[in-house]
Amino acid sequence: MLKKIKNIIKILFVYSFIMIFANNSIAAESLDLLKNKWSFEGLFGTFDRGSLRRGYQVYNEVCSSCHSIELLSYRNLSENGGPEFSLEDAKNIAASFEIIDGPNSDGEMFARPGRLSDKFIKPYPNVQAAKAANGGAYPPDMSVLVKARQGGANYIYSILLGYEEPPEDFKLEDGVYYNKYMPGHNIKMPNILSDGLLDYADGTEATTQQMAKDIAAFLTWASEPSLEARHKIGFKIILYLIILAGLVYLSMKKLWSRIESK
Amino acid sequence: MSEKKFIPKSKFGQWFDSRLPLLTLSHHLSDYPTPKNLNYWWTFGGILTFCLIVQIVTGLVLAMHYVAHVDHAFESVEHIMRDVNYGWLIRYVHANGSSMFFLAVYIHIFRALFYGSYKSPREIIWIIGMLIYILMMATAFMGYVLPWGQMSFWAATVITNLFSAIPLIGESVVTWLWGGYAVDNPTLTRFYSLHYLMPFLIFGLVVLHIWALHIPGNNNPVGIDIKKPSKDTVPFSPYIVVKDLYALIIFLIIFAGIVFFVPNILSHPDNYIKANPMVTPTHIVPEWYLLPFYAILRAVPSKLGGVVVMFASLFILMFLPWLDTSKIRSAVFRPLYKIFFWILVIDVIILGYIGANPPEGLYLLVGRIATIYYFVHFILIMPILGFKEKTIPLPISISDPVLSNQARTISNR
Repeated sequence: MLKKIKNIIKILFVYSFIMIFANNSIAAESLDLLKNKWSFEGLFGTFDRGSLRRGYQVYNEVCSSCHSIELLSYRNLSENGGPEFSLEDAKNIAASFEIIDGPNSDGEMFARPGRLSDKFIKPYPNVQAAKAANGGAYPPDMSVLVKARQGGANYIYSILLGYEEPPEDFKLEDGVYYNKYMPGHNIKMPNILSDGLLDYADGTEATTQQMAKDIAAFLTWASEPSLEARHKIGFKIILYLIILAGLVYLSMKKLWSRIESK
Repeated sequence: MSEKKFIPKSKFGQWFDSRLPLLTLSHHLSDYPTPKNLNYWWTFGGILTFCLIVQIVTGLVLAMHYVAHVDHAFESVEHIMRDVNYGWLIRYVHANGSSMFFLAVYIHIFRALFYGSYKSPREIIWIIGMLIYILMMATAFMGYVLPWGQMSFWAATVITNLFSAIPLIGESVVTWLWGGYAVDNPTLTRFYSLHYLMPFLIFGLVVLHIWALHIPGNNNPVGIDIKKPSKDTVPFSPYIVVKDLYALIIFLIIFAGIVFFVPNILSHPDNYIKANPMVTPTHIVPEWYLLPFYAILRAVPSKLGGVVVMFASLFILMFLPWLDTSKIRSAVFRPLYKIFFWILVIDVIILGYIGANPPEGLYLLVGRIATIYYFVHFILIMPILGFKEKTIPLPISISDPVLSNQARTISNR
């Protein structure tokens, strides 16, 4: 038994070593981000539906004028593990956008209301147009943004709340803003959020912090729509494996006792 | 092998087996006499076979949905994550599977180093193992390129550019590798093709690796030759099978922990940014399992020198059976080698840490010292130690530890 415990400790040692190592190698230059307590963290983490729905509202009314989320479809809004709008609501949301489709049998492009199967519409037709409209900076597509930034949701949250007056000796160019959490402190996105910027459909008070939290949660879901399913299945699988390990361990002891008693 | 000749029971079995001895083979595999004192470090062979099969099976499914084209590769990976049923699971298993594969292979290699499993008569097993390891690195590197993120693109650029260090023909070789004048679509498609091919080459080598193992049989923690079969051995099935299975399940718990709860911890966030030839990431780092070699590459001031030294650091391992002059296999009976073994482990870990950091200042200095020590270990310490070291007397057999104690007291007098 003691040997077994020793073995487990050895394995855990190797395991934790890798984790620390992996963390270290990536976190080489991370800034001290603001840390929020997210509902989707941890072994049983799930999304807060209300927060995701509010987050969608923030995206739709604020962010979407510059940022695309090319990889989301309107159908995703009603799927399990997301904002879980009713199918009817998702249809209405889709229909509120105008999609350019075609060509039709006359060879013409035409506009039609959006359907569930459509991808989220983009604010600009291409990267060049986006740059031209934003002083040369490309507002990144937000489909996997949370996974593409060190710090994930905390990064988004921090950037949105990190606008400050620059220190006196800090030189800012025109059209560039000072942000405490941006690497280099230069950001081309202006400080968009302000208290009461929008009226939340569910009546929550739209403080800057609330909106930053909701949009960060929404973007986390957009980056990782399978997060909830992953946590649920993972828990079951690990539980199953632990029980199996116990049974196999006992069979092993039984079998080997024939050898060891010789 | 000193096994009794196997004769199938049924008439049909005999008819078949005399034409294709599959039944003899399966009998050999299940009856294969294995030292009974194998510890858990010996379970990684089975774990590695499992890892290879997992990679092939998940890779097969991914290949059904993946599009090897610079305009679609990134999106097709996200398509797998979002629209394919359990695609996220298959992709995360495949991506983290490579890390688990390398974790297991490093343990497997260091186990061989500790217990002297590469020594006569097992040199061929060791060399085939090294070939597998090199192929694994090539396969993993090419697989890393396929999602066509920023790190994919820039890793491909950095690694293929290594070949430009070859004198005279270097530039042409690189153009030939790329299929153009930069890393682009032709590079991606050929990497995809090779990434699909190589696991099967590895599989073939694994068969040879196991075949070569079954000629002398397993080494063991005591490192002495044993009679087979005897009271020192157990049949592979069920004894070793159940032990390997138990270890595999423990391994799977860790594997599942990563896949389900921190699936992106071992990858770089930049690889979720689509490849952009116009933007260079601040630090281009390979996957963790290649970091020690990346550190060695950058420790040498000249490009050609770095490439040569990096490849030398790999190929020197092939000569290990002859660089190690000690007749004693297991480090258990080699007090000095035991210490140097652990220093080597720490040295490689330091190299890995250095590989993850920019090559400047103290990092560069430490990287250089660690690189030099790596070679000193194999070229100087290993050969000299064999002659100088005072080893502990070996027991006569695995089953007779009592005798070995007597032997020890006799030698101490």
